[in-house]
Amino acid sequence: MSKVLLVAEHDGSTLNPSTAKIVHCAQSLNAEAIDIVVLGQGVDAIAAQAAKLNGVARVLTCDRSENANPLAALIAPQVAALSSDYGYVFGPSTTFGKDLMPRVAALLGTGQISDIMEVIDARTFRRPIYAGNAIITVATSADRTIVATVRVASYRAVADDGSATIEVASTTAELPSHTRYVELKSESGDRPDLQVANIVVSGGRGVGSKENFALLYDLADGMGAGVGASRAAVDAGYVPNDMQVGQTGKIISPDLYIAFGISGAIQHLTGIKDAGTIVAVNKDPDAPIFEIADIGLVGDLFEVIPELGKQLG
Amino acid sequence: MDKVMVCLKRVVDYNVRIRVKPDQSGVVTEGVKMSVNPFDEIALEEALRMREQGKASEIFIVSIGTPDCQQQLRTGLAMGADRAILVKTESDLEPLAAARALLKIIEKENPQLVLLGKQAIDNDCNQTAQMLAALWERPQATFASQIEMTGDTLRVTREVDAGLEVIDVDLPAVVSTDLRLNEPRYVKLPDIMKAKKKPIETIEIDALGIDTTPVFTVTDYAAPPIRSKGQMVDDVGGLIGALKEKGFSL
Repeated sequence: MSKVLLVAEHDGSTLNPSTAKIVHCAQSLNAEAIDIVVLGQGVDAIAAQAAKLNGVARVLTCDRSENANPLAALIAPQVAALSSDYGYVFGPSTTFGKDLMPRVAALLGTGQISDIMEVIDARTFRRPIYAGNAIITVATSADRTIVATVRVASYRAVADDGSATIEVASTTAELPSHTRYVELKSESGDRPDLQVANIVVSGGRGVGSKENFALLYDLADGMGAGVGASRAAVDAGYVPNDMQVGQTGKIISPDLYIAFGISGAIQHLTGIKDAGTIVAVNKDPDAPIFEIADIGLVGDLFEVIPELGKQLG
Repeated sequence: MDKVMVCLKRVVDYNVRIRVKPDQSGVVTEGVKMSVNPFDEIALEEALRMREQGKASEIFIVSIGTPDCQQQLRTGLAMGADRAILVKTESDLEPLAAARALLKIIEKENPQLVLLGKQAIDNDCNQTAQMLAALWERPQATFASQIEMTGDTLRVTREVDAGLEVIDVDLPAVVSTDLRLNEPRYVKLPDIMKAKKKPIETIEIDALGIDTTPVFTVTDYAAPPIRSKGQMVDDVGGLIGALKEKGFSL
């Protein structure tokens, strides 16, 4: 039996929902205990949120000014230093975890399993390759710490009915000065986060312009939905990069996904495979997205969206 | 900047429809078109633009794999790289072993910048750049969508879930490239002819003296569960009706 260390993701004030999902994955390891480490500056509120997650034994805090922003080069040595007590060190498969965890693994002299979607047993896992077009089973020997990222779309968040103890963890890891944070530019506003939203409305090249995306924003706001986009729409400059859904963007699992003017390239479909219900609206009846949509409507999005907004009132 | 190193991986082409072998021992790669990993192509394009702007003097490319990788190195040379190194191995290296091999090349060549794609589109690991930076004890700037160089510092804009993050890294550094960094150039026929004269140095993996023992074993390849085609509706009324039947109260 060994213990699991999870690296919490947060924005400096609030715990990212990905953390509650990777706890769910960690529970399926049947390990001795699950601990969470929160690295940041002024992390008391975040640690309190993490301590409520079901099944967590301890929350460790590494509170120091160098951790004010999540720079992998600074955080990885601290996580690696804490890892010696653990059989597993997991992070979320978000850009935060993807940036950080391989650096942790290399510092520990081991490999990493990316995007765990299923735990088969304590040493065996399943993960997607080729944009989800194949699923491999990966096993590793028992004598080393397993470092991994967890595909958050594969797991539901655990309840926040726990009461873990919160402890200060200090490491003597020496931190480099060669990497410095400058700023974060965010345009996403107040809409629900794509990776947690229950409903996501999404647009592709067919939307035609940045201005036309207002149609989707209006519809989404009426439904309390998040707004996503295909790579084509991002590349064309209609929307910012953080809205991209797919192999190289966000992998999401809303209850309802409604795609407007998205043809359905394999790379996009891999980002929505875990959605509960997929609705596709496209004027091309041969669009590949209809092959996987639960509900399809051949039609002009510029007519369908206003009508949908009206009927949903 | 004196030297830029760019890593190119040979992968199944972006447009190939991937199929799992019937005996679940792998995916079908026989007779399938192979290409340079598209993210690595973006990395090379960025290096070429730096050289064109007078910010880099020499660009060399590195691939790890079978002699077949020379095809992809030739593509890189035709795009404009000055020379190429093939680290020859018959095994499919894990990212950690690849990073160890690349570190050996770095120690030999002393590049100021290493550029490579953020992930390879075959195994989608997204690890090699980060591992290389850790082993080299140098900065990493992953998922780059913009790179500006001032003196010995790079200001890199990174595509992250929350938007665009900007960081400064001191050279030497490792930068992994994202899709919107640039659009790689097309290779012209005269460039392909010229590339034939450019050197490809071959180094046997065993000569590097690194541990390439796999950490993981892949025991099974399976096709993903298929989402079946659902129902088509005729109009918005039908769409709302179908959603209600599925239990959505909109």
